[in-house]
Amino acid sequence: MSFLDFARGPALNVAMAVFVLGVVWRLVALFAMPWADDRSVPREGAPGRVRGAVGTMVRHLWTPREFGMTSRFAIVNGYIFHIGLAVIVFGFVQHILFIRGLIGLSWPGLPTGVITLVSVVTLASLIAALVHRRTSPVLRLISTLNDYVTWIVTALPVLTGLAAVAHIGAPYQTLLAIHMLSVAALLIWFPFGKLMHAFLVFVTRAETGAFYARRGVKI
Amino acid sequence: MRREEKIGETLAARGISRRALLKYTAYLAGLMALPPMAGRAMAEALADQPRQSVIWLSFQECTGCTESLTRSFSPSIQDLIFELISLDYHETLMAASGQAAEEAMAAAMARNSGKYLLVVDGSVSTADGGVYSTNAGKANLDTLKAVAANAAAVVSVGTCAAFGGIPMANPNPTGATGVDTIVTGKPVVNISGCPPIPEAIAGTIAHFVTYGRLPALDHLNRPQAIFGDTIHDRCYRRPFYDKGLFAKTFDDEGARNGWCLYEVGCKGPVTYNACATLKWNGGVSFPIQSGHGCLGCSEPGFWDRGSFYKPLSASVMGNNALLAGAAILGAGAGGATALMARSRRDAAISAAASAYREGGGTTGAPAGDTPGKETTK
Repeated sequence: MSFLDFARGPALNVAMAVFVLGVVWRLVALFAMPWADDRSVPREGAPGRVRGAVGTMVRHLWTPREFGMTSRFAIVNGYIFHIGLAVIVFGFVQHILFIRGLIGLSWPGLPTGVITLVSVVTLASLIAALVHRRTSPVLRLISTLNDYVTWIVTALPVLTGLAAVAHIGAPYQTLLAIHMLSVAALLIWFPFGKLMHAFLVFVTRAETGAFYARRGVKI
Repeated sequence: MRREEKIGETLAARGISRRALLKYTAYLAGLMALPPMAGRAMAEALADQPRQSVIWLSFQECTGCTESLTRSFSPSIQDLIFELISLDYHETLMAASGQAAEEAMAAAMARNSGKYLLVVDGSVSTADGGVYSTNAGKANLDTLKAVAANAAAVVSVGTCAAFGGIPMANPNPTGATGVDTIVTGKPVVNISGCPPIPEAIAGTIAHFVTYGRLPALDHLNRPQAIFGDTIHDRCYRRPFYDKGLFAKTFDDEGARNGWCLYEVGCKGPVTYNACATLKWNGGVSFPIQSGHGCLGCSEPGFWDRGSFYKPLSASVMGNNALLAGAAILGAGAGGATALMARSRRDAAISAAASAYREGGGTTGAPAGDTPGKETTK
């Protein structure tokens, strides 16, 4: 079995199985947990749970006014690499073919040149995020191994994908195999690290928003 | 002792001019990525040498490799290879048969011991002592070992001889394998392809006849001059790949426009061969130009790499059952985790309630909770 065959076959399949198992495990465990009733008396004029949840989600789409410029970079840079990653994953024809192989759905892709440009910007944005994390005293203090591993497994597929498209450093089949293995690493880490926020970010924001809205607090 | 006829004399006797030989060697020199003057040097060296003795053994094969060489757009420049070599044994092409054929091989081996070139097409059966493929009562495995022992070099022609090919495909009942897993301690060159490009065979043999050594090889022992680039890198449809323009099926608008065949399973990006530049049938066409994706036939294990029509970026192996199983396991684990959390919480509430009762109502239960009453949202 060649390196590429291993990556395309056993490695990706095991990684996808771990991804599905882990994500379902965490979601089922979370939603089936016993939740205590909120017995606090709602503040007079407080919005309902849904309004509170939606309001918080919308407000968190941009920097809170009170924070001024302090978190502006993190927000803007976050948008750049999140949108970049989405364009790469869902806009590159080869990725669409991968998804079609899994779930049967496909859509038109973008030219390779556009994806390459987006990938370079995304990688630069990810590097900027890492530099910001290391240079900001507060961020550095609260960063854990989870943050760095999450950064590595996110940045590696972008880097290896760029190398594979540009045929840099090794034969294409080796680069493609390395790229697929980096994606496999991302899938395996996904449910157990901070990447799980892709599923939970709006769940947690909604719950937090509803909780505080009941107490008359807008966050 | 019989005087060996020089190649130059043979060509002259057959009415082939020096100019024709120069054209041929210039072509081969170009093909093998040799310097421009190598063509002249090759012609001069060849003309003064006896014809190279070649013993050609066919094992588990379909004769496509021989067909590729002998039926190449005839009459063509490739035919000249047969003027440069003395094909002393080739079961398909030789006039002799039976005992006479075997004696011809034995005589050639004795006459040119240590100097003859062994060409093999077809994979070697190794299971059960190689009994699944025999010739003249001898297993191919034994014949190969015996003939290779005194060969100057071995040329594995075609993917079957080079890497096992189709006979080696899963479940490989005959224990088929490539020649270089059997023959060790000898120079072995693999000219893979199903079939291989005839110019690659002719060029490699001519290189050996001229220089007495094999050309530069890649990590799979293939001539770098032929197998140095991927089909994809030299494909005339490559600009469509770069623009993201792909045929979705073999009869859609994209296919009619000649767009890239990546989506319909072309293996050109991971296949090293010269099909896109040398082409076939006298340079007329090659599979991609004819509208079908590359199968990757010059690469090891091409038959077992999943569907020919599945894109390279798609995962192989049927994984629906695996993913469904993972989802069920995940749901089970999640449910168990939640149950354990409930159980721990119930135990904590019970303990708090007991403490509350024992303390005469002075020990507080956990804030916000009423002992014994729990709801789930």
